[in-house]
Amino acid sequence: MSTSVAMATETANDLPPVPGAGVIGVHRVTKRFPGVTAVDDVSLTIHPGEVHVLLGENGAGKSTLVGILAGLQEPDEGYLSVDGNRTRLASPSASLNAGISTVFQHSMLVPTLTVLENLTLGAPWYERPPRARIEARMAELKREFSLSLPLDAVTGDLSLGQQQQIEIARALLRDSKVLILDEATSMLTPQGAQELGARMQKLVKGGLAVIFITHKLAEAYQFGDRISVLKQGALAGEMGPEQLKSMTEKQAVDEIVRLMFGREDGATSTEHRQSTARAETLLRIEQLATEGDADVVGLENVSLALKAGEILGIAGIDGNGQKQLAEAVAGQRPVSAGRVEFDGIDITRATVAQRREIGLRYLTDDRLEEGSVGAFPVSENTVLKDVGRPPFWVNGIERPARIAQHARDLIARFSVYTPSETTPIGRLSGGNIQKVLLGRELSGEARAVVFNKPTYGLDLQNIDASRQRISEIAAQGMGVVLISTDLDELMALSDRIAVIEGGRIRGVVDNDGGGEALRLRIGRMMAGAEEHMETME
Amino acid sequence: MGGLLTEAFLSSLLTGAIVAAVPILLAGLGEQMSEKAGVLNVGIEGMMLMGAYTGFLAAFQTSSLWLGFLGGILGGLLTALVMAILCVRMGLNQIVIGIGLTLGAEGLTALLHHFQFSRSYPRLPAPERLDIPGLTDLPVIGPSLFARHPIVYFALLAVVVLALLYRRTNLGMTLRAAGERPAALDVAGGNVVGIRLAAVLFTGAMAGLGGAYLANIAAGLFIPFMTGGAGFIGIVLAMLARGRPLWVLIGALIFGAALSLTTALQVAGSTMPTEVIQMLPFAAVMLVLVLFGRRAKLPSALAVSYERGAR
Repeated sequence: MSTSVAMATETANDLPPVPGAGVIGVHRVTKRFPGVTAVDDVSLTIHPGEVHVLLGENGAGKSTLVGILAGLQEPDEGYLSVDGNRTRLASPSASLNAGISTVFQHSMLVPTLTVLENLTLGAPWYERPPRARIEARMAELKREFSLSLPLDAVTGDLSLGQQQQIEIARALLRDSKVLILDEATSMLTPQGAQELGARMQKLVKGGLAVIFITHKLAEAYQFGDRISVLKQGALAGEMGPEQLKSMTEKQAVDEIVRLMFGREDGATSTEHRQSTARAETLLRIEQLATEGDADVVGLENVSLALKAGEILGIAGIDGNGQKQLAEAVAGQRPVSAGRVEFDGIDITRATVAQRREIGLRYLTDDRLEEGSVGAFPVSENTVLKDVGRPPFWVNGIERPARIAQHARDLIARFSVYTPSETTPIGRLSGGNIQKVLLGRELSGEARAVVFNKPTYGLDLQNIDASRQRISEIAAQGMGVVLISTDLDELMALSDRIAVIEGGRIRGVVDNDGGGEALRLRIGRMMAGAEEHMETME
Repeated sequence: MGGLLTEAFLSSLLTGAIVAAVPILLAGLGEQMSEKAGVLNVGIEGMMLMGAYTGFLAAFQTSSLWLGFLGGILGGLLTALVMAILCVRMGLNQIVIGIGLTLGAEGLTALLHHFQFSRSYPRLPAPERLDIPGLTDLPVIGPSLFARHPIVYFALLAVVVLALLYRRTNLGMTLRAAGERPAALDVAGGNVVGIRLAAVLFTGAMAGLGGAYLANIAAGLFIPFMTGGAGFIGIVLAMLARGRPLWVLIGALIFGAALSLTTALQVAGSTMPTEVIQMLPFAAVMLVLVLFGRRAKLPSALAVSYERGAR
């Protein structure tokens, strides 16, 4: 290649080496998606012989970082280096060729192929499957890492743990230098997770670098030689091997919790709402359970009570059963055990419409898919849950004038910015769609509202307005269940905060405005760290 | 019915079965590869028709059957190239594009035929046959099995070659991964778009060859819409065959036999009503679908376009 061409096309090998960058260097990498900065100016150095834990909540940027290292996405700013050489990883095969193997959170095996075929996947089509060679290597892996796989079994018939072993074996068969394990313990039993931890330690002793992504604190401390904490896309802090060795488990966990959930500005005074809770219990949930599967967490033994005028916060990392809880209460998800009582009436078997009728309302977090029909005008969306009922439908005939009048009232009362009530709702901003949905849920005789992430994805002004609205609802004597992943929001609004983790309620704490201490205590429960029994309700 | 099983009847039945089966077999083998890779090629009927037209045109102009087959392959390939670009590269809906290609090919070939051949309806001379010494002289099966045009043997050879490729190389596994879970193939360093492109082009070539056989060997002339759903039957065969080329062959022979039975029964002077005789191929299709249709297992990502990183 001539020099001028090399200058013009800035290819990997022509760039100057980066000193001291470890086996993989992430250098000031930023990745933006529409509306969010998923990874924000992150720099990391991955060293051989270490398990490097990336810790953070959902949405902290872990998976995007994995995607960048695996060649699925390229950074908008910053660059990567492999063995100190600046490198572009433009495709998964470029990443594999650079010696990086990734075990994704969701299995990347073909379920209908045999184990052997999945191990050789990606090889040129004209070659013969190298059975003898793989058998020999698998025997080695069995000796060294106790990885034992039935080569002729159909992959889909194996357990999730075994499938994960296939992916790890595949990485080892490729002679990778770096192994990325993305949320690798989320689908394993506790025992399986321990085995994986032991296996990671063996692997790094052989000189491999392991990047282990998790949101569980205990695992991070147990398995990790080095821990980097990500928060909202940015690096919140890093703890090296010496630092970790010098700390007890409790000290280390405290430090990690501080990095994950603490406030950088050190401000402890969250503006705390005056409680408006009344004596009578409005909604009572007793030992509620729902079916779960490989993708969806099931609820187990969830018991909660909500008073009129009270805001009960539900804290937790996204995907720990919040949506299932909201849907079970709203009647949208079948319940396998337990009961739900509203104002003293058993509504466990009541339909969605019946629950709505008696004043139990649910505001979904999925505004566009579940909450509204984007192509329908705002007016139709305001009566979406009253289709066929008077006064908007009389004897089965739609009354457009009444619907339009109702919609104009709602638009005025909730200050929805829309050209008119005939505008398709899909053209409005998220905040304005949220206002329409809120108006819809509060129309008629609302007595309790379940909010699922009401301010998610809104701009600051709309967030403030929504929070204000929720306070007002409670002040009027309605009960509010406020599901949120934003601890600040929960601490600002809630009377009590229940923490959900893995489909169970880990504890319910009074929001006494306890500031930083309370925040860290909730954070610890959210991350699945042990909470002492006396704090449980 | 006793007098039905004469040598003339059986011989014409077997001959007819093979003549009718070969184009379906070629189309079915092509479609099978495409479906394995996750592309539902509904345009195969159009690819066959284009192959029939270009194959006939090439054979007629050059007076060479071999160049005719080459022309058929090229016609099918070109039509498949459109599908490959639109559906695999650009990720458009495979069914819509497939139907569009079929309709487009029907219109285009009918139009071209109208201007070129509709006044004369030229015919090609009867094709040369490859006699296999000794075997051709056997009663009944001799003339029907061993006095055929070489392309028939090519189609049978293709069954064996494809079966071996699927079994013995990584080809079968790569195709299945592309059709079952393309993201898994992608992150394992495979080339999803590449294998799907190749599979669609292979389908086009096979369908074009099948069309050229239909025009040049079976009929000796080109008539608009002459494929008459042979490509669609190929799709059904590929879906029922669960990825095995041999099953495509068996299916093609059953359909071919049912089609030729109508002619053979009439040749033999059966007393059965014509309506019943003409119903037979369709009854056979229904029977096969009832017996095997429920066990057809299609790839999960069939007719789903792949885009890296999309969730």
